[in-house]
Amino acid sequence: MIQYLTNNHVIVWQALQEHLYLALLPILFGFAIALPLGYLAVRFTWLYHPLINTFGVLYSIPSLALFVFLPVILGTKVLSPVNVVVALTIYTVALLARTVADGLRAVDPVVVQAATAMGYRRTRRLVDVELPIALPVILAGLRVATVSNISLVSVGSLIGIGGLGQLFTRGFQLFYLEPILIGVILSVVLAGIADLIIVLVQRAVTPWTRAA
Amino acid sequence: MITFEDVVKVYPGGTTAVDHLNLELPTGKITVLVGPSGCGKTTSLRMINRMVTPTSGRILVDGADVSQQNEARLRRSIGYVIQHAGLFPHRTVLDNVATVPVLLGQTRRAAREAALGLLERVGLSAEFAKRYPAQLSGGQQQRVGVARALAADPPIMLMDEPFSAVDPVVRAQLQAEFLRLQQDLGKTIAMVTHDIDEAIKLGDHVAVFRTGGRLAQFATPRELLAEPADDFVASFVGRDRGLRSLSFDSAAELPVRPVDGIDLDDSGRPLGLPGVFTKDDSLRVVTDLVISSPGGIAVRVGPDGAADGLVSHHDLADYLASRRS
Ligand SMILES: Nc1ncnc2c1ncn2[C@@H]1O[C@H](COP(=O)(O)OP(=O)(O)OP(=O)(O)O)[C@@H](O)[C@H]1O
Ligand SMILES: [Mg+2]
Repeated sequence: MIQYLTNNHVIVWQALQEHLYLALLPILFGFAIALPLGYLAVRFTWLYHPLINTFGVLYSIPSLALFVFLPVILGTKVLSPVNVVVALTIYTVALLARTVADGLRAVDPVVVQAATAMGYRRTRRLVDVELPIALPVILAGLRVATVSNISLVSVGSLIGIGGLGQLFTRGFQLFYLEPILIGVILSVVLAGIADLIIVLVQRAVTPWTRAA
Repeated sequence: MITFEDVVKVYPGGTTAVDHLNLELPTGKITVLVGPSGCGKTTSLRMINRMVTPTSGRILVDGADVSQQNEARLRRSIGYVIQHAGLFPHRTVLDNVATVPVLLGQTRRAAREAALGLLERVGLSAEFAKRYPAQLSGGQQQRVGVARALAADPPIMLMDEPFSAVDPVVRAQLQAEFLRLQQDLGKTIAMVTHDIDEAIKLGDHVAVFRTGGRLAQFATPRELLAEPADDFVASFVGRDRGLRSLSFDSAAELPVRPVDGIDLDDSGRPLGLPGVFTKDDSLRVVTDLVISSPGGIAVRVGPDGAADGLVSHHDLADYLASRRS
């Protein structure tokens, strides 16, 4: 295995980078979209159920199906990484919009009212009070989304899009175990490290959750 | 001064929470709104800082209609304390207290420094500053709540059952400290409670509400006990109002007999008694002493602590009877 790594480190390294990129870009986009959506679902109560149900349905579409059908809808090439990014962004939004909404809804209304009574206007109250209090829930959702994205990127390589999954396909084609093993190990390690980073960030930014 | 002018609040469901309320809360005084559950106390309070919008009528603060003022700015000038404090769980005690000054544009540093002084004022030492609300007892949280409301030095304070979520011992302590604080600060305070004893103890004025959001009586505690406006107020005030009203009557005029037949030490101080009274005490204290002391005698002491007079239960009864005629 070491042998394989030293001979192919360029390929492996590139696959790792692609994998990271394909998994994390959707997290960034997804989070940016999910935040306002989740907020709207709380601000306008009637939006909550329609939005949550829609995302529930989106989330249940098998990833392979999405990878194959997106080019038809988007007009992209079948092998374009855009398909993976868009598909994973959809999953991320579906997951995080709900967590953001649920996190905000779980903020004690008494605390929100106290903030209002002290003279917070809506936007600053959201930024200074509601979001920070919802942060533990939101970050928990972010962990799930990140780990699941990292594993879903590998599915993309079944249809020939980059990432560590490439190593699987390579191994299968050559009837060769090493690249498969390396691909599996690296993607698990990647998921573990990403998860750990989020946990550490969470500990740093929400010290109060450990106060009680 | 806070003025309610013919204020009505009907909630969307059709509940009339406040019914044609006319009320004046004098500047620098504590006005307590009291009444049974659901009689519109909280609603009335929250109309002052525009958390609730009246259906009709006006509320004026020092003559200015609150509905014409910028909501957020109005609220920053009015302190607000609620039952379970409603502290921000994600902020330290110090930052909770610094909230409104920071909203008003003070630097965090200056606001924190001032907050530290305030904590001390409400009886919390500096060691609490770095804690989070979850690390405080209910009574401590309530103190932080009061400090937070005071932080921007607002002329008006609204307090909704601020002391009702703590046990009776802590409550009495918080009430006493609150009165001491108010003596220094002289805020215009509107306080809600459903506890008539608290209303009588803390209020300069008491507004008794009846179910349906109507004002039953607005009076000083003393008037309330002596002359309840109607049966509702009388029963709400309670059957022992006669005894309680004695707490507003001074013992200064109460005639005493010469000291005789009790044990004294060398400097004339009484020995072995459960308690004594002075001219500054109320008749309620004297009554209590007469009832609880073994010989049915209350001992009065002078400024130096030496006994200077005795009151028996006959004397007290005669005095009370003579006052009535
Ligand atoms: N947001 C609301 N929507 C509809 N009805 C309400 C609302 N808030 C209060 N009410 C109703 O208005 C009436 C007065 O409520 P309010 O909270 O002012 O009473 P309260 O005197 O503070 O009672 P408590 O001592 O129980 O706190 C009650 O009948 C209550 O059910
Ligand atoms: Mg209430």
